[in-house]
Amino acid sequence: MNGWEIAEAVRSGQSSAVETTRAALDRAGADPFNAYTDVMAARALAQAAAIDARTEKGPLAGVPFAVKNLFDVEGLPTRAGSRINRDRPPADADATLIRRLEASGAVLIGALNMGEYAYDFTGENVHDGASRNPHDPTRMTGGSSGGSGAAVAGGLVPLALGSDTNGSIRVPASLCGVFGLKPTYGRLSRAGSFPFVSSFDHLGPLARSVRDLALAYDAMQGPDPADPICDPRAAEPAAAALDRGIDGLRIATACGYFERGASDQALAAVAACAVSLGAVRRIELPEAARARAAAYVITAAEGAAVHLGRLRTRPADFDPAVRDRLIAGALLPAALVQRAQRFRRWYREQVLALFATVDVILAPATPCTAPLIDQQTMELAGETVPVRPNLGLFTQPISFIGLPVVAVPLPGPALPIGVQLIAAPWREDQALRAARALEQAGVARAVSPG
Amino acid sequence: MTDEFVTEAAQAMGVEIRPEWAPEVRANLELMLRMAETVLAFDLPDEAEPAPVFRA
Repeated sequence: MNGWEIAEAVRSGQSSAVETTRAALDRAGADPFNAYTDVMAARALAQAAAIDARTEKGPLAGVPFAVKNLFDVEGLPTRAGSRINRDRPPADADATLIRRLEASGAVLIGALNMGEYAYDFTGENVHDGASRNPHDPTRMTGGSSGGSGAAVAGGLVPLALGSDTNGSIRVPASLCGVFGLKPTYGRLSRAGSFPFVSSFDHLGPLARSVRDLALAYDAMQGPDPADPICDPRAAEPAAAALDRGIDGLRIATACGYFERGASDQALAAVAACAVSLGAVRRIELPEAARARAAAYVITAAEGAAVHLGRLRTRPADFDPAVRDRLIAGALLPAALVQRAQRFRRWYREQVLALFATVDVILAPATPCTAPLIDQQTMELAGETVPVRPNLGLFTQPISFIGLPVVAVPLPGPALPIGVQLIAAPWREDQALRAARALEQAGVARAVSPG
Repeated sequence: MTDEFVTEAAQAMGVEIRPEWAPEVRANLELMLRMAETVLAFDLPDEAEPAPVFRA
């Protein structure tokens, strides 16, 4: 059941938050996807009872949700997928976004598996085991918000939060076949989440319907002095205008870079969205390959800066694949990183100019459907390439400049795949409207596994 | 680039690399430098300001 349907049932008295929460806790206890790392039963039941006792229950009344374990949850050490962080003291408060969802009536069920320190596109984790794709448990969820993708796709919760630095919401949304929103950089507060790359870190929701994405997004918006990057602008709610349709929206398909290396299924998914939305125009994002390269460099350097102390004291306790990249990042000359930041501004100006004539740009979310867990290489456009970095081929050049994106899922013959709907900064509403139009047309939908 | 180079460079940063880690660190650094080279190959004017801009 979708979150908005649960909320309606709880508000009308057809069901209770406590009974809905009990059911979510039962599903969390069974968890066949290795999605959860922590389940907060007592806390969840207390919150649910409080919702049932309220007269004003809120837009997300009784909606169970779970969060990637890089969000602070009061009483838990914020592990961020690592072994090292388990030695931290328990968080003494919840992350801002958790508090805002709960203020809207939602109920936190637990924390979710993720790739170590979010430096990951696979959803694999050497400490906790890989999260498993509900459509085929031998396949990866995508990452790094792998538990978030699995929990929503597998029906454990209708709503989850993830983080997206280079694609970590959009990649698992694509491979698991659910909707995901990476808002504009600075739109949602990051306070109380474990950082990775300050220049690109975003938080956002994953859900099984566009309405749930929008309701959660609206509940989480607004300034937060606790996050210096969070923009002071007031909330700009998007849910009420979802059904306005696409009249007046100028929609185009990204060509060039965003077609090279994409599988036939990825290209067909983009084409199906374009046909449904009446988008005939094609548009090129200039120098997207260089944008991805610059994102790669900045990620390695800023990630290394965050972790340098741990690399000095506990290098053997990292996931080796993460550690070796972070150490390499610590050795990158500053001049190269600064050059990448200068290129970033140039690229941002070129791409923002495109939005004078277009509102929403379509591009694949991932080049392919979910690879097998532990798969190291794959075929893309006739070439054998490593899986891990290439899953983010099409997401990196977008988060690099903080553009808002809704990833929508299209069912496939065997596995789903996602399409990115990319909008101008602060125009999440337009990407959400286009996503809703695709959902209403039956083109984009979260299919239940099996 | 050699394994010895990355091991010594890491030491200068206070990070001890075990011998068995060095080849993978080196491979990662070589990949990052190739990525950086594609960025360097793009001609930016001297006046190009870096991103991001921080608000006061």
